Amino acid sequence: MLAGIGFSVEKGEIVSLIGPSGSGKSTLLRVLVGLNKPTSGTVSLGGRAIDYTNRRALREARDRFAIVFQQYNLFQNMTALRNVAIAPVKVKGRNAAEVEKEAVTLLEKVGLGDKLNAYPDELSGGQQQRVAIARALALRPDILLLDEVTSALDPELVKEVLDSVSLLAREGMTMLIVSHEMAFVRQVSKKVVFMDEGRMVEIGPPGEILDRPKTGRAREFMAKILRH
Amino acid sequence: MNYTLHFGQVLQYVPYLVQGAWISFQIAFLAFLGGMVIGLMGATAKMFGGLWLRGLVNAYTAFFMNTPQLVQIYFFFFALPQAGILLGPYEAVLIGMTLNAGAYSAEIQRAGFLSVHKAELEAAETIGFSLLQTVWHVILPHICRVLFPPLSNHYIIMTLGTSMAAIFGVEELTGRAFNVNARTFRSIEIFTVTAGIYVLVTIVASFLLLLLGRWLFRVKGKIF
Amino acid sequence: MLTAFFEEIPAFFTYYNGLFLLQAAMRTIGLSAIGCVVGFLLGFFWAIVRLLSGKATLPARLASILYVEFFRRVPFLVTLMIVFFACQVLKLGFSVFTVATISVCLIAASYTAEIVRAGFESVPLKQWEAAEVMNFTLAQKLRLIIIPQAWKVILPPAFSFFIAFIKDTALASQIGVIELTYVGKVLNNKGYSASLVFGTILILYFIISYPLARFGARMEKRLALSKH
Repeated sequence: MLAGIGFSVEKGEIVSLIGPSGSGKSTLLRVLVGLNKPTSGTVSLGGRAIDYTNRRALREARDRFAIVFQQYNLFQNMTALRNVAIAPVKVKGRNAAEVEKEAVTLLEKVGLGDKLNAYPDELSGGQQQRVAIARALALRPDILLLDEVTSALDPELVKEVLDSVSLLAREGMTMLIVSHEMAFVRQVSKKVVFMDEGRMVEIGPPGEILDRPKTGRAREFMAKILRH
Repeated sequence: MNYTLHFGQVLQYVPYLVQGAWISFQIAFLAFLGGMVIGLMGATAKMFGGLWLRGLVNAYTAFFMNTPQLVQIYFFFFALPQAGILLGPYEAVLIGMTLNAGAYSAEIQRAGFLSVHKAELEAAETIGFSLLQTVWHVILPHICRVLFPPLSNHYIIMTLGTSMAAIFGVEELTGRAFNVNARTFRSIEIFTVTAGIYVLVTIVASFLLLLLGRWLFRVKGKIF
Repeated sequence: MLTAFFEEIPAFFTYYNGLFLLQAAMRTIGLSAIGCVVGFLLGFFWAIVRLLSGKATLPARLASILYVEFFRRVPFLVTLMIVFFACQVLKLGFSVFTVATISVCLIAASYTAEIVRAGFESVPLKQWEAAEVMNFTLAQKLRLIIIPQAWKVILPPAFSFFIAFIKDTALASQIGVIELTYVGKVLNNKGYSASLVFGTILILYFIISYPLARFGARMEKRLALSKH
């Protein structure tokens, strides 16, 4: 149950959502891509509200978002290359040869140029996640949604994924990130939103929220996080 | 199509048919129980028996699981008299179904026995359970929980299998349907109603078995 | 009994009886094979209907559920009778073999629908969701992602069902299909020793069913091990 959420993301901005488990951060991302249906409130993209009950509007909205899941959600029956290339070709109808070239470039960008023909079960978690990122980028989204993309990874694999995301940040990709990696959040975000129990509690620049939280809940959370 | 459906004529026979369903139930129930006993012995033999015993039981299960129940009953009904064993239709059906059920039950139970993990047995040993306690508190509940769904499913299948008793003149549900058909010639209506009764009976049976499983053995199961 | 048994063997195993039995065996296998293949296609269709979304398709989904539940809970003999008399009343002029095949098909469809549905559900929800947000249509999801993974879960039980149904075809003898059981009754009525006749029929069924069952088990093991 989400309530009382209101914030905006400008083009080229990176907004991070932080908060305890179950605070609704992932749910919010899922609502944006239509996996959970909103019962009230509006989501606007480029000034126009999205009607999630209308099939065509939903398709158009999904066209402009791309989401990377915590569990990578790669298609197990396809190689890394095909995972990245398939949607642009089959859904957006782009030229297959062109897309393949682009897919190779994207996979090289995330450091997996040598794993083009590997299947997901042959890749480590970190590698799979980077394929997932490449796959999302191949869709040329307006906004990239990252749902706790490092939370399912072994610690030593986290850095490689965060490095890829940092690269995207430097290139000016608009992103909405849900994460527990506070150092990373501080480094890349323009705005940080602290959520708790489905509500937006605080919003502001990373320095403010992370170092000088105003509300009690935020302070509690930061204390717990920063303890280790 | 110059044939109109007259369900009215058939509906008066429903009580007669339902009584037949009761007989179907009896046959299925008895055969299932008998099959369980045979299955238990068979499964035990397969797990702990010597080479010859295992071979015998394997031959038994392979034979009864790879041949039609109908022909098995035909054999008991027509062939046994040659050896001096005269069986009435009801007995032939019952024996045939019991032996058939025994083979399937043995396989199901064997799979259940095999599902007991060594880890559970080791845990019981470390707690200090005697053999009897281990069996009662650890093995039996586990096996019952594992076996309940497939055995319930098998029971439902057997309930449907009782319909072939009609071929031998037994007056269970399908047999009575044939009788009513011979009397009224409202074939489609009768057999549709009969089908409906089977659907109802098996739905109720499935539901009751589900409740039983949940209550007795804490077996999880979807109602729908 | 035993001496009569052995005396009869040469008289029983004549060329004509052998041919009769062989043709009947072909019909037994054919009945199950044709019925199950056509039934599989129908069942596949029903399983896909279950996947449709939206209020408009609710009746279709309901029909699918009811169809499956109905034909799984009615004995083959009763289904056979309904189809037989329905064909008679509609003056369709079908042969008894066709009537029996239609019955097999109807029942096979309901069991297959469940098998296929289980196959679809064996593909993790995450992959369905990933495909959903990338705007794949249902047809694309099934063709590109789901079926390539689900078929391994679908094939073994479907094959098992086909083999098991070979035994159920014995009931087709009741409407006059000249398959193995029917031949058994004919030869028994002709006066041959019942134990010889039915013993032979049982052995013939065994010869057909047992090797196929073993093959199915081996195939299942092989599929479980292979990856892609």
